Amino acid sequence: MMESLAVSLVNAVPALSGVPLWTMTLLVMVVVAAVVLTFALLYAGLATYVERKVAGDIQARIGPNRVGPLGLLQFLADGIKLLLKEDIIPAKADRFLFALAPYLVFIGSFAAFVVVPFGVGLIASDLNIGVYYVMAISSLVVVGVMLAGWSSNNKWALLGGMRAAAQIVSYEVPVGMALLPAVLIAGSLSLQDIVRSQGGLLGIFGWNLFHNPFTFVSFFLYYTAALAETNRTPFDIPEAESELVSGYHVEYSGIRFAFFFLAEYGDMFVVSALATACFLGGWHVPFLDAEALPVAWGNLFSLGVFLAKALGLVLLMMWIRWTLPRLRVDQLMRMSWKYLVPITFFNLLGVSLWLLVFHGKGIPRMIASLFG
Amino acid sequence: MKARAEALPTQEMLINMGPQHPSTHGVLRVILRTDGEVVVNARPDVGYLHRALEKIGERVTYAQFMPFTDRLDYLASMNCNAAWAWTVEKLAGIEVPERAEYIRVIVCELNRISSHLIAFGSFTADMGAFTPFLYAIRERERINDLFEDICGNRLTYNYVRIGGVSADLPDRFLEKTKEFLDYFEPKIPEYNKLISYNKIFVHRLANVAAISGGEAVAYGLTGPNLRGSGVSFDLRRSEPYSVYPKLDFDVCVGTGERGTVGDCFDRYMVRINEMRESVKILRQAIAQIPGGPVMAKVPRAFKPPVGEVYFRAENPRGETGIYLISDGTVNPYRLKLRAPSFVTMNIFEKVTKGLMIADIVAVIGSFDIILPEIDR
Repeated sequence: MMESLAVSLVNAVPALSGVPLWTMTLLVMVVVAAVVLTFALLYAGLATYVERKVAGDIQARIGPNRVGPLGLLQFLADGIKLLLKEDIIPAKADRFLFALAPYLVFIGSFAAFVVVPFGVGLIASDLNIGVYYVMAISSLVVVGVMLAGWSSNNKWALLGGMRAAAQIVSYEVPVGMALLPAVLIAGSLSLQDIVRSQGGLLGIFGWNLFHNPFTFVSFFLYYTAALAETNRTPFDIPEAESELVSGYHVEYSGIRFAFFFLAEYGDMFVVSALATACFLGGWHVPFLDAEALPVAWGNLFSLGVFLAKALGLVLLMMWIRWTLPRLRVDQLMRMSWKYLVPITFFNLLGVSLWLLVFHGKGIPRMIASLFG
Repeated sequence: MKARAEALPTQEMLINMGPQHPSTHGVLRVILRTDGEVVVNARPDVGYLHRALEKIGERVTYAQFMPFTDRLDYLASMNCNAAWAWTVEKLAGIEVPERAEYIRVIVCELNRISSHLIAFGSFTADMGAFTPFLYAIRERERINDLFEDICGNRLTYNYVRIGGVSADLPDRFLEKTKEFLDYFEPKIPEYNKLISYNKIFVHRLANVAAISGGEAVAYGLTGPNLRGSGVSFDLRRSEPYSVYPKLDFDVCVGTGERGTVGDCFDRYMVRINEMRESVKILRQAIAQIPGGPVMAKVPRAFKPPVGEVYFRAENPRGETGIYLISDGTVNPYRLKLRAPSFVTMNIFEKVTKGLMIADIVAVIGSFDIILPEIDR
C-alpha cells in the first residue's frame, strides 16, 4: 500500500521521478507514521481533558477550567509539567528493564493504530490479518506492564504487575472469541473488509450488531472484556489506587509515567475502534455511501463517522469509570473464566451454526428478502 | 502436584501498608504477611499520631482542654466537645440549662451526619467508586456552613462549654437546619440507588469480615461496628444522657440483608440508616427546643470537687469514654480517654486472616476508624 502511494506520488510530481522508489516508499512510511502518531497523541491528550471534564460533570464539580478557553489546554500544561519533572529511577530498580517497560507499553498500544480503519481509504496499513495483528501487538502491553512491576523493586508495583499480567492474559481469550463472529461473517481478518461487509442498503441493520442474536451478545461481551483488557474501572485492579497505591507504575515519574498514561488512553481508543469496526459498521451510516462520494470527501466523511462512533464508546468507558466501584481480583478472574469465556465460546458456536444454516444471511437481510 | 509444590518453594511476602497509604484513613500502618493476594496475617501498628492528649489533659485546666477534644476525633469535634462537657458536669454536678442541652444534641446529631457522610464517601472511594465521595462532601459542606454560622469554625469547633455552649444559636439557624434536612433526607435513597445496592459493591462487601454479636461484645466494639453485628446497643438509648430520653428514634442494627450478620455491608448500612435516624432526632429537637439561657453559672477558676467520674457518650465512631480523677485543683489529676477506633483495632488482626488485600481496605473502611482518635 505504501509502495502504491509512493508510485502515485512519483507519477503526480514529475520532479520526483529521479528519486529511487524505495526512498519514496520510506518517506511515505515516515509521513504516514507521523500522521498516525500525531493523531494518537492529540487524541490521548484531549481524552485526558474530556475524562476530567466528564468526571467533573458526574461528580457535581467543574473540572479543569483554568488553562486556555474552557481549560482546553490543560493537557498541554500537564504534558509540559511531566516533561520537566525529575526522572527518578529507584536506587534498587533494574535500570534497564525499568527504562524499557514504558516503551513496550507505549508501542504495544500505539502500534495497533496502524490497522484502525479510519475511513474508506484512511488506514495506515490494511493488513490482511488486521484483527489478529491487533490482538498480537496489544499483548506486548502485558510484557511492559509486568516488567514495570518487576523492575521497580517495589512490592505494590510487583502485585500490580502480577495482577495486570493475570488479568490481561485472561481477558484476551474472551476478547478474541467475541471478535471472531465479525471475522466469520466477513470471511476476512482485514478490518477494512470487515467494515465493508457491513455496508449496503440495510442502514444500521447491516451492522454486525444486528446480524443475529449471537453477534448482538458478542458486542457487549467484547466491550466488557475489552474494558478489562484496558484496565479500566470496574476492572482497574492492576492500578487500584485505593489498594495498591497505583500499581505497576507507582515508581514512575515524569515522562515515563506519561507513557503509561498515554498508552491507557491509546488502548481505550483501539478497543473502541475495534468494536466500531467489527460491530457498529465502522464508517458506514444509513442512506449515504461514503465510497460513492468523491475520494477526498468520502474519506473525510467516513473519518468523521468512524471517530464519532469510536469516541462515543470511549466516552461510555469514562462514564462507566466514574460510576462503578471496582471488582476484587478473584471476582475478576471468576468473571473471565467462568462466565465470559464459556459464553463467548457458545456465541462463536452459535454464529458458526447460524452462518452454516442460513447461508451467511443475517436476520435483517432475511426480513428484507421477505419483502422482495 | 505435591511434588511440584515442594520443588518450587514459595515464600510469604511482607508488605507495609501505610503509614502512607491512601486507604488507611490516616497514618495507620498495617504489617501484611501475604501469600500472593491472600493475607496470612495483618497486624496493625498504631501510634504515628500520638500527641499525649491524656498527659496534656493533666497540665491544662478543665476549660482549656476543650479545644484538645476537637483534635480527638476531628470529624466529630462537636460530639467530643460535648462528651468532655458532660463528663466534667457530671463530676462537678453542674445543672445545664435545657436550651443548651438541646443545642448540644442538635450540633451533635448534625456532626454525626457529617461524620457518617465522610465514612460513607471514603468507604465507597476505597471500593473504587470515586463519585459518591464528592456527593457526600457536597452535603457535608452545608453542615460545615451551619457550624460556621454558630461558631465560626468549620472543622475544630470548640463550641460547647462546661456548663452550656459558648453562644446562643444565630438568627434563622433552626430554619436553615430545617432547610438542610429537607434537602438532605431525599439524598439518602439516592445514595442507596447510586452505590449501596450496586451489584459490584455488594459483592465486595457481603460476607467479608463478618463479626458475630458475641465476638463484637467480647472485643469491645462499640457504635455502628457493634450494631452492625446485630447487637442493639446505643448509649443514647441504653444509658440515656442529656435530652435523648425525650427524643424518639430507632436503633439501627445490622440484619445481614445481603450476606451474614456483621459483615462489612451491614456495618456500612448501619451508618446509612443512622443518618436517617439523626434527621429524625434533629426534626424533633428543633420542634422541642425551649428558650432561655444557654450557659450555667460556672466560676472562672473552676475547681470541681475531689472525686472520680466515668462518662461515655455515643459518638459517630462508638463509645467515647472519659475517665477523670479530680484532686480539687484547677487541673485534672488523671485523664483517660477511651477511644472507640482504638478498641476496634483489637479485632482487626482476627477478622482479616485469610482475606485478600483488597478486603483489608474494605475492613478498614467499614470500621470507619480515625487515626487521631486511635493514637490520641
